[in-house]
Amino acid sequence: MNDTVLKVADVHKSFGGLHALRDVNLDIEQSKTHAIIGPNGAGKSTLLNVCVGRIEPDNGSVTFDGETLTGKKPHEINQVGVARVFQTPEIFPELTLMQNVMIPALAKRDGSFKFNAFRILQGENDIRDEAEHILEDLDLIDQRDSEAGSLSRGDKRRLELAMCLVQHPRLLLLDEPTAGMSRHDTNRTIDLLKRIKERGMTKVIIEHDMHVVFSLADRITVLAQGTVIAEGTPDEVRGNPQVQEAYLGGAHI
Amino acid sequence: MDAILLQVLNGLDKGGAYALIALGLTLVFGTLGVVNFAHGAVFMIGAFCAVTLQKVLTISMKVRDKSVTFFEAYKETPYLEVWFGEWGTMMIDYVVILSILLAIPVMLLVGLVMERGLIRFFYKRPHAEQILVTFGLAIVLQEIIKSFFGANPIPVAAPEIVSGSANVGAWFGLGDALVYPWWRLIYLASSLIVIGLVFSFLQFTTYGMVVRAGMEDRETVGLLGINIQKRFTIVFGMAAVVAGLAGVMYTPILPPDYHMGMDFLVLSFVVVVVGGMGSLPGAVAAGFLLGILQSFASMNEVKQIIPGIDQIIIYLVAVIILLVRPRGLMGRKGVMET
Amino acid sequence: MFNLSPKNDTVTMAIFAIAVLAMPLWLAPIGASYPDLLQKFAIFGIFAVGYNILFGLTGYLSFGHAAFLGVGSYAAVWSFKLVTMNVLPAVLFGTLIGGVFAALIGFVSLRRSGIYFSILTLAFAQMSYNLAYSVLTPITNGETGLQLTQQDPRIIDSLFVAAGEGLPSTNLFGLKMSGYPGFYFCAVLLIIAFFISLRIFRSPFGLKLLAIKSNQVRMNYTGFNTRPYMLIAFVVSGMYAGLAGSLLAVTDPLAGAERMQWTASGEVVLMTILGGAGTLVGPLLGAGIIKYFENIFSAYNDQLLHQMLAFLPDGMEGAVVALLGLFVGEGWHLTLGIIFMAIVIFLPGGLMEGIRRIGGMIQKRGGGKKPEQTGGVMRPTEQEG
Repeated sequence: MNDTVLKVADVHKSFGGLHALRDVNLDIEQSKTHAIIGPNGAGKSTLLNVCVGRIEPDNGSVTFDGETLTGKKPHEINQVGVARVFQTPEIFPELTLMQNVMIPALAKRDGSFKFNAFRILQGENDIRDEAEHILEDLDLIDQRDSEAGSLSRGDKRRLELAMCLVQHPRLLLLDEPTAGMSRHDTNRTIDLLKRIKERGMTKVIIEHDMHVVFSLADRITVLAQGTVIAEGTPDEVRGNPQVQEAYLGGAHI
Repeated sequence: MDAILLQVLNGLDKGGAYALIALGLTLVFGTLGVVNFAHGAVFMIGAFCAVTLQKVLTISMKVRDKSVTFFEAYKETPYLEVWFGEWGTMMIDYVVILSILLAIPVMLLVGLVMERGLIRFFYKRPHAEQILVTFGLAIVLQEIIKSFFGANPIPVAAPEIVSGSANVGAWFGLGDALVYPWWRLIYLASSLIVIGLVFSFLQFTTYGMVVRAGMEDRETVGLLGINIQKRFTIVFGMAAVVAGLAGVMYTPILPPDYHMGMDFLVLSFVVVVVGGMGSLPGAVAAGFLLGILQSFASMNEVKQIIPGIDQIIIYLVAVIILLVRPRGLMGRKGVMET
Repeated sequence: MFNLSPKNDTVTMAIFAIAVLAMPLWLAPIGASYPDLLQKFAIFGIFAVGYNILFGLTGYLSFGHAAFLGVGSYAAVWSFKLVTMNVLPAVLFGTLIGGVFAALIGFVSLRRSGIYFSILTLAFAQMSYNLAYSVLTPITNGETGLQLTQQDPRIIDSLFVAAGEGLPSTNLFGLKMSGYPGFYFCAVLLIIAFFISLRIFRSPFGLKLLAIKSNQVRMNYTGFNTRPYMLIAFVVSGMYAGLAGSLLAVTDPLAGAERMQWTASGEVVLMTILGGAGTLVGPLLGAGIIKYFENIFSAYNDQLLHQMLAFLPDGMEGAVVALLGLFVGEGWHLTLGIIFMAIVIFLPGGLMEGIRRIGGMIQKRGGGKKPEQTGGVMRPTEQEG
């Protein structure tokens, strides 16, 4: 596996006496969609938080394309090319959709800090074009001038996805992208994520909905009580008795 | 040794005032989630309860002064003395004590009116708006007091019997150098009593238990079908009473004026932050701690080494604490860090 | 507010410049067109416009900006005392010192957000105020306030002119900075200050500041290091405050510590909120209204009221005067407090939001421009979670 892009090595994290992650190892391959599943409290979100710098692990390291992410701040990790979609959409509710998408585009162009107080936003045509393009792509262009806070839940999620995609990240981390969505919206999101897959972006998805997982994932890692109990292709994982025991309580998927 | 003990004592009475105000601030914050910038004004209103009562008790009439025999001389004599003689004089003498009885219902009313009339509309509003509206309220309250009582401090005396100083040094076998005004000792003792009462109320009554539970996790308690809102309203009233008592008792130490509330508010907020937002023991500990630190910083020996330190010590400590340990001495993590 | 094209901005600026410079004319009917008051409009306008860059854009509520105003005043007076009575160095120096102070205080305070930030700024402002009154007396002249004296060196001035009788007055290359010239000097600086603020609002930088107000977490995960953005916003608004402070000294060359008190910081917050935080013109409007009413209201006294209400029956007159007396003259602050509360309670977006609402009601058929983002104070973002 030479084309490993994200490498999680021996990551350990405990909160008080609770071991959230125990020596987790994970290799995410280039251009693949990698799902992480597991029962509640298995440490999935902690793992994701470790990857984006929100939580510092007690032990171990995360490297992305040869660069160490552990110890880096969230904005530095983003600048390396890692974008994240949150479980509850983190958007700019008071700003318009256009502004919501222009901001990450600016981050991509300007870097983590640039004092461009004397440029005029209106004249930033490249940024505007890019933002419009992505809004069109995600069917949000009709609402380009509405306040993001007024969107429906599903639309907010799509907006957040647009905000990540406009940066053309090399790695996209998704935390339960379809939680709380209707069947219709879920399918729409699956289609969307499939489309991105074709563009060759690497993705890590945390998901409860097996339908989503099996429609998208190239590889699956199963976490339980902070340890990896299985890893493999969807078929391998589906057939793994240990997984069925730990995660599915013996029932067949 | 004497000097140090004296500074500790000096700090304790001021610390008591800080602690009492901060206790109310943090209680209101912990239960209602409201940052109340008008709390200092409540303290000030408490002090003016004593001023008002003093004015009322000393309403006077002109009485023929019989000691002057050459012509008809009159002197102002309070009605109370005219009517009740010695008893009247005593009532006037004990005005501060009587004010406490007056202040409890008055402050409770002030608190309830404030909460029902204004604060409750701000539970869900952002903290910045809470700060701003209560800041406006504080201005309004202090200006009202100013228009009634003027801008100058109005002295209120402590009862004659405790007007002297206690020979504290002798109690500890340290010689006669260490004397300390009785009233300040009383102030210290009563702050401790009030603090004790508040804590035991919260600790040992079911009512208090619900309030504490509500401070921990409001939603869950709400789900239990307990009307937490109503209890919190009472908590607000209680905070007002505590601050009001602190104000009444403080009048013999510092003649109250209309802006004393603001002065104490800023410091009390600093106390709350140092103690940890929403932590009751933190507020008390930080109140006394900062009071003592301030009195040490006011020592000439210290001022010679670091000039001006007495002016800024509290703020300096607050800045350092906030930077090093943002949740304060005893606060929970992440409170109000948005 | 980002929908306007740059071309429109030129027009906006032109209209604004004319409106400011013509203030002596159009304010005459309401009795506000005398130099002292006009100067105050311009100076506090600058203060509020600057404060708005911090509070309006980023939502960080600072209770310490009066400190920068005070520092700016001291710096300007020292420039008058030591260097020259020419106002240009004084203004530059005041602005600079305001900025340096803001950088120091901001660097520390911005490590925290929310109410902790407010309290940190408050603590710093109180420290400055207390120090100005005590140990820093050699620099600030304590309670008396810093004043010009006959013995001041004025290095540059003394090279050209011998010290005359009495105290020299502030000037711009010989033009005395009192009365109308003083106003026009402040007005020109206000126009420049407003222009800079306009450009910041229109820039990518301004959008990023707004985004910090809206959702700081997302900003971090979007790849922005928010700290330097905040620091710059803080320093810029500190420089505006320093400029305003130095202009106070230009129009009246003395500086006192009371300018630094936290209630003075409260006043600029009030101006900004009253007009509409986050809007371009709102803070100016707020500053103007407050200074105007302060002037009008505090001028009234009971005697004047009695004269005005002489037509009422005697008993009633007395009662009405007593009641009104609470709110005017000395009681002006009471009125101020009530206005403040009313605005926060009923119109957190300030007067500009009110105007917008009325405008919206009038042309209800829509089709007009999309509403700008709410100018309100930090909309609750935490409600949903």
